[in-house]
Amino acid sequence: MNDVLILGEVKEGSLDMKTLELLGAGRKLCGDLGSGLSVVLMGDELSKAVDQVISYGPDKVYKLEHPLLRGFKTDLWVESLEQLCRQINPKVFLMGHSFIGMELGPRLACRLNTRLTTDCIDISIDPEDGVLLRTKPVSGGNAISVFKCPGEPQLATMRGKVFKPAEPAEGNGEIVDMVPEIDESMIRVESMEVVKEEIVALDKADVVVSGGAGLGEEDGFEMLDGLAKALSKSFGNVMIGCSRVAVDKGWISSDHQVGLTGTIISPDIYVAVGISGAIQHLVGMVNSKKIIAINNDPGCNMFKVADYGVVEDFEEIIPALIKKLEELS
Amino acid sequence: MKELRIIVCAKEIPDPEAPLSDVSVDAEKMEVIVDAPQVISPFDENALEAALRITEDMDSKITVLSMGKKVSDTVLRKTLAAGADELILLEDEAFEKLDSHSIASVLAEAIKKIGEYDLVLTGRQAGDWDSGQVGLLLGEMLALPCISLAREITIEDGNVMVKKSIPEGYELVKARMPALVTVSNEVGELRYISRTKMLKMMRGARSIPSWNREDFFSAPEELLKMGIFELSSPPDMGRDCQILEGATPDEQAGKLAAVFKALR
Ligand SMILES: Cc1cc2nc3c(=O)[nH]c(=O)nc-3n(C[C@H](O)[C@H](O)[C@H](O)COP(=O)(O)OP(=O)(O)OC[C@H]3O[C@@H](n4cnc5c(N)ncnc54)[C@H](O)[C@@H]3O)c2cc1C
Repeated sequence: MNDVLILGEVKEGSLDMKTLELLGAGRKLCGDLGSGLSVVLMGDELSKAVDQVISYGPDKVYKLEHPLLRGFKTDLWVESLEQLCRQINPKVFLMGHSFIGMELGPRLACRLNTRLTTDCIDISIDPEDGVLLRTKPVSGGNAISVFKCPGEPQLATMRGKVFKPAEPAEGNGEIVDMVPEIDESMIRVESMEVVKEEIVALDKADVVVSGGAGLGEEDGFEMLDGLAKALSKSFGNVMIGCSRVAVDKGWISSDHQVGLTGTIISPDIYVAVGISGAIQHLVGMVNSKKIIAINNDPGCNMFKVADYGVVEDFEEIIPALIKKLEELS
Repeated sequence: MKELRIIVCAKEIPDPEAPLSDVSVDAEKMEVIVDAPQVISPFDENALEAALRITEDMDSKITVLSMGKKVSDTVLRKTLAAGADELILLEDEAFEKLDSHSIASVLAEAIKKIGEYDLVLTGRQAGDWDSGQVGLLLGEMLALPCISLAREITIEDGNVMVKKSIPEGYELVKARMPALVTVSNEVGELRYISRTKMLKMMRGARSIPSWNREDFFSAPEELLKMGIFELSSPPDMGRDCQILEGATPDEQAGKLAAVFKALR
């Protein structure tokens, strides 16, 4: 019954909605395998999250509650998951390609001597031999590869916003309480301080105005702020995004970064200013409903994926655009 | 304090930022073909930069390890020009197209042969297969404390202190050395290397040690290839772009403002 296991994520005591996508992905595999779906939740206080996840109809919920599992201490989390997997031997184990999954996945794979595929956009079962097929963009997104690997559990981390979230479902899932055998001595990396920074929730934006290396200097973002302000008179959440180069140059903090190693978003409107359109950036924004590119190089790749383009120096266009928007509103 | 020894794992890959028109997929051979020069994987360059900053005023030795079927020392010599003390190539037919686990086990064996070290640094993920696993696998194999996504690394009394990126901001963490740290781009780009320095290193007579499998790899474990089952081109992302023409920026901006108005 334990064939497909997913790692649920809990945020401030409640189920993180990302988990619903994993439930969706897991359910699909269960159909192919004719097996049951289990969820593991970890933390120091899980009753609320367990109730929430049960309402989506998994067959089993493993509740790994322990005071030391408060906060995310990787050493203890890996240890606990290793213990769980050794006990229940899942055939497939899925996690999100989230901060937590990116860190747990490789370490768990190593300990269980199995192979992991990260950042998958699809998974299915090969009907020939019942083995997991793991579909993953590679080379930044320039190619899509399907991998088939030995070892169990067959481990994959799943990209967000690809799978349809599971719908609530009837069921009388069993709750299995398990207390991992962990203690402080297993912590090898000590947390000294968590520094919260003001973080943009780019995935909640309706409009993203994004700047890249073409801005030339930090001041360019001030101009983009002006544009964002002008647009927010007509649109809901307008936020500032950027390419990785803008982060590398120290012009803006990395929470604004859009792309493969930043945030993957699909706002109503994405405005790319001075961004060339490298594949690792495109995968982060190509599903935006409308894409507008401003770039002085008519040959740049961003125009190939955009709906509207302006070939011009941004320093000429942005101030003029702000003025026109104000006239129109 | 004794000399601080850092091992940086770096690999060469076809330029991951090559224009899309220079990249194609050979589905039959299951290969991604990139018509671009080889470079050092960008996050590995960040790892080297981190090592250089840590050791700035310290008695230290930075060793760069690079593995593959055949490694181009002209690409990797850049690490020496940037300030690394030693470059070791791990080259063998058997090292071609390995999966992340096997790559990590080769690196782990080489690191065991090197023997003494305080820190092992890798990039957070490589720009060719985007797997993001080797660093942490390596840490586990060497039974080291593992820290990922470093944006700043410092050393204090035999401990490594890392500002690690987390979704809410950053976390300052501390681990006893030796330790493994994976490095993110927030650390900063690899420092500028002057042309003369670069040329000197490229043309230099310095010989770069190359170890093959027999030289260091004794693990009983089998080296597995990446299990590619199928490789294909991504779905077409192209759209029909309407270029908003105009004699002046003002005119172009007017048209763009109208687009926004229509989208409202
Ligand atoms: C493993 C890996 C992961 C990565 N992850 C990401 C990621 O998550 N996000 C990301 O963005 N990148 C990522 N990258 C980097 C990516 O490959 C590109 O290097 C980056 O996106 C380029 O940023 P850019 O477009 O701002 O810079 P450039 O490519 O330098 O482009 C600058 C553009 O500005 C234009 N320009 C210049 N001056 C002006 C002007 N005055 N007015 C208007 N336009 C002007 C130029 O024509 C050019 O098109 C990753 C790379 C790797 C290898």
